[in-house]
Amino acid sequence: MAELLLEILSEEIPARMQARAADDLKRLMTDGLKKAGLTFEDARSFVTPRRLALVVDGLPVNQPDVTEERRGPRVDAPEQAIQGFLKGNGLTLDQCEKRTTPKGEFYFVVVERKGQVTADLLPEMFNDMFQVFPWPKSMRWGTGGQRWVRPLHGILCLFDGAVVPMAVGSTKSTNSTIGHRVLAPGVIGVNDFAEYRDKLENAQVILDADERRKAIAGQAEKLTKKEKLTVKIDNSLLAEVTGLVEWPMALMGRIDEVFMDLPEEVLTTAMRHHQKYFSVVDAKGKLAPRFIAVANTEATDDGKAIIAGNERVLRARLADARYFWDQDRKRTLESRVAGLDGVVFQQRLGSVLDKAERMAKLARTLAEYTGVDPDLAERAARLAKADLTTEMVVEFPELQGVMGRYYALADGETAEVAEAIADHYAPQGPADRCPSASVNVAVAMADKIDSLVGFWMIDEKPTGSKDPFALRRSALGVIRLIVENELSVPLLELFTAVYGFFPPSYNKERSVIPADVLARDLLDFFADRLKVHLRDKGVRHDLITAVFSLGDEDDLVRLLARVEALETFLASDDGEHLLVAYKRAANIVAIEEKKDGVIYDQPVDAGNLADAEEASLHAGLEEAAPRIAKAVAEERFADAMSALAGLRAPVDAFFDKVTVNCDDQTLRANRLRLLSRIRGALGGVADFSKIEG
Amino acid sequence: MTAAPDKKTSFQSLILALQTFWADQGCVVLQPYDMEVGAGTFHPATTLRVLGTKPWRAAYVQPSRRPADGRYGDNPNRLQHYYQFQVILKPSPDDSQDLYLQSLRHLGIDEGLHDIRFVEDDWESPTLGASGLGWEVWCDGMEVTQFTYFQQMGGMECDPVAVEFTYGLERLAMYIQGVDNAYDLDWNGLPKDQGGLTYGDVFHQAEKEFSTYNFEHANTETVARHFKDAEAQCGALLALTPPLPLPAYEQCIKASHLFNLLDARGVIGVAERAAYIARVRALAKGCCEAWLVSQGEGV
Repeated sequence: MAELLLEILSEEIPARMQARAADDLKRLMTDGLKKAGLTFEDARSFVTPRRLALVVDGLPVNQPDVTEERRGPRVDAPEQAIQGFLKGNGLTLDQCEKRTTPKGEFYFVVVERKGQVTADLLPEMFNDMFQVFPWPKSMRWGTGGQRWVRPLHGILCLFDGAVVPMAVGSTKSTNSTIGHRVLAPGVIGVNDFAEYRDKLENAQVILDADERRKAIAGQAEKLTKKEKLTVKIDNSLLAEVTGLVEWPMALMGRIDEVFMDLPEEVLTTAMRHHQKYFSVVDAKGKLAPRFIAVANTEATDDGKAIIAGNERVLRARLADARYFWDQDRKRTLESRVAGLDGVVFQQRLGSVLDKAERMAKLARTLAEYTGVDPDLAERAARLAKADLTTEMVVEFPELQGVMGRYYALADGETAEVAEAIADHYAPQGPADRCPSASVNVAVAMADKIDSLVGFWMIDEKPTGSKDPFALRRSALGVIRLIVENELSVPLLELFTAVYGFFPPSYNKERSVIPADVLARDLLDFFADRLKVHLRDKGVRHDLITAVFSLGDEDDLVRLLARVEALETFLASDDGEHLLVAYKRAANIVAIEEKKDGVIYDQPVDAGNLADAEEASLHAGLEEAAPRIAKAVAEERFADAMSALAGLRAPVDAFFDKVTVNCDDQTLRANRLRLLSRIRGALGGVADFSKIEG
Repeated sequence: MTAAPDKKTSFQSLILALQTFWADQGCVVLQPYDMEVGAGTFHPATTLRVLGTKPWRAAYVQPSRRPADGRYGDNPNRLQHYYQFQVILKPSPDDSQDLYLQSLRHLGIDEGLHDIRFVEDDWESPTLGASGLGWEVWCDGMEVTQFTYFQQMGGMECDPVAVEFTYGLERLAMYIQGVDNAYDLDWNGLPKDQGGLTYGDVFHQAEKEFSTYNFEHANTETVARHFKDAEAQCGALLALTPPLPLPAYEQCIKASHLFNLLDARGVIGVAERAAYIARVRALAKGCCEAWLVSQGEGV
């Protein structure tokens, strides 16, 4: 058993691509090995800023020999065919065996294919991997035509301790690599993986990203602990920083006290966004005037110059931030609204000013449903986007909303308005905090519904994995805002109203997608999102479909109450039986309608009910149908279900005793109408045909 | 905070040091292009020379104008006029990174004391139809250089690939001099009483005046008209037989700057903005193509 060691050395690989690249390297190479029939015990891949590495253990030095049985032509086939088969396999007739099969007597032959030397198979495998490697972006360099994420500098490839000769352009494989760019730039020769890893570590390269990650977190904690502070480990930042260093060295610097009165979010974002620094907090969780930077070197002065340099950069960054903060507060948010006409919302949907105007109108309408002063909702919605033209948000887009809150407070807006501005982008996904204050909910919904209707109007809907405007997230946001705040909101009506908010210049689109069609289509999209959202909570998606398909339900809270009642009912003995009976009735009607080319949806002829069971089913349906409709209309879903339950006995009895397809055609037709009526009565609650099981 | 003037680290000595270093690497040391440009990349020594197969090495300072970045001289880090030091190596050598690091060493940045990192930053110029892959180079957390392997220029593939190093001279100097405000940079390394000047002495008034001009007084009708004129002239020069790519490209540069000025004046709507960029790109593309033809490498 032998080991394969591969390292691809290049210039710095973007941090965000590294983890995926390590996975891809392993996948592509092990797929190649498997395809060649080469088994192995274990494969591990590694990535640092400058190298992708792979080690595969327990590989055979030879491909296994393969024995293959081939069937030739029939024994009585023309001589030409037999000779062709023999020639094609390099055989003589006496090497073949005659064997009788159900299809006749055939020639059979056993062919043995000798396995190749594993090392000989590797260059092609490597080459295939290199050519198809799925970098999100790759490049050419110099005069070569090769592509890689950045210029390639070396290939180390050892199999069973020997160099596997291969090349990319002028770069040939060797048994050596180099260490840290500054600390150990010399050439390192290796014989196997263990030596490779150890020698790299001696050359100030920690191969394993996990180890580097732990080292960074550990060093940062140690540094902050000395001052009784705590580093805030932001995992995505930690992953990014891990991808920028081969030899991590966390260093703690100071934030100049004069900047500590800037909003915490501004400090944290400036540090993270531009400088990739970790924030540090005190025992009370308040931001401390410290930061953690991670260097990729061990400086000869213990990092004094590096810290000083980083502190200076941060001072410049924060001086910028302070300048933005001071400049921005010289103007009110109110005065910035008009300037939003220079910010594109979407080319065909106009500016953000247009959007803000629509949101203001919509927030007024929504205020009615969330139970808040419409003036307040309108005010917050009108100002919600005004921070987009502030210098701070232009610099740090991720502070949108947050800055709006600060600036609104500085302008003397009410706290409610300020909070609603801050909250209006939420919730941004299934795990994000969902606003609950009624103004916030109204504005957050207005923002999202406006986007959804707008993008639906210009037919920019999400397709497959493509959702560039995050409309799925917007719909989920609206769903969560409604459901979690238990709001009764008629979505179809609302969609239609918002449709009317878009200016007449969109007449062209409007003539393509009429308002009612758009509203319905958007509601279907909501139904899909709702199913996805509730799947995690164990709610059956078929029940949601069953209620949505009726087409009369656009109030999500009521819909969920109906679904819940339905679920409880179906879990009961009556419910289970009634569903079976429904399916049976629906099947029979469907089959007979198809056969006869007639639809049996006419009223049942009460005077033509021959058996007691059919008369009692008819009576039961006549009695239950209005009760069900009334209960549903009054949102007494449990009552509707108990009316349904009452139908179980007559339906069961009917199927027990009555023969639907009897010889008397009038009687048969009437019975089919009766069965069709079951479908109609149950249809007041849900479309039972959509229910599974 | 102002550092003690030092001839070794003054703003001008930094430029001299970079020129000397890159001259030794076989670069032709050029002077700035005598027109308003947004970045050193616009110099024909980059835009046009990165196209085609002929090897090319050049280094030059390029004053760069970004009207929208003006801050009336109030902001310590943002200027509407600043300096880039531009290096172009075509084809990009295998030791591009090493050469670049040597240039830092030549400026006195000791790698043993400092943390130098290559942080992903791909570059794109929609007006030039250009793009490349590379990094921002960080020195102790400060971005000192944009390091780019050109992949496209004027919408055409670069083959061979050129590498571009764009040093932000003010930042680099602030870093080396340990200064927090660009206007405090020591320009000529002399004490004040012996004629020492700071960056502010040289440029502060210009920053104030040009910010005022760019944001308040540039006559937008005139500027818009000049844009159209430059565009028309560029087209006319490209339509000649044979075309005149170099004068045409100057008109393209002019159009690009006029567009930046209109943008700073805030008179360009969003849809209009995209249209302006597309118009400049069309000029740039035409110039690049005509240039290649003039080099006997027609498309």
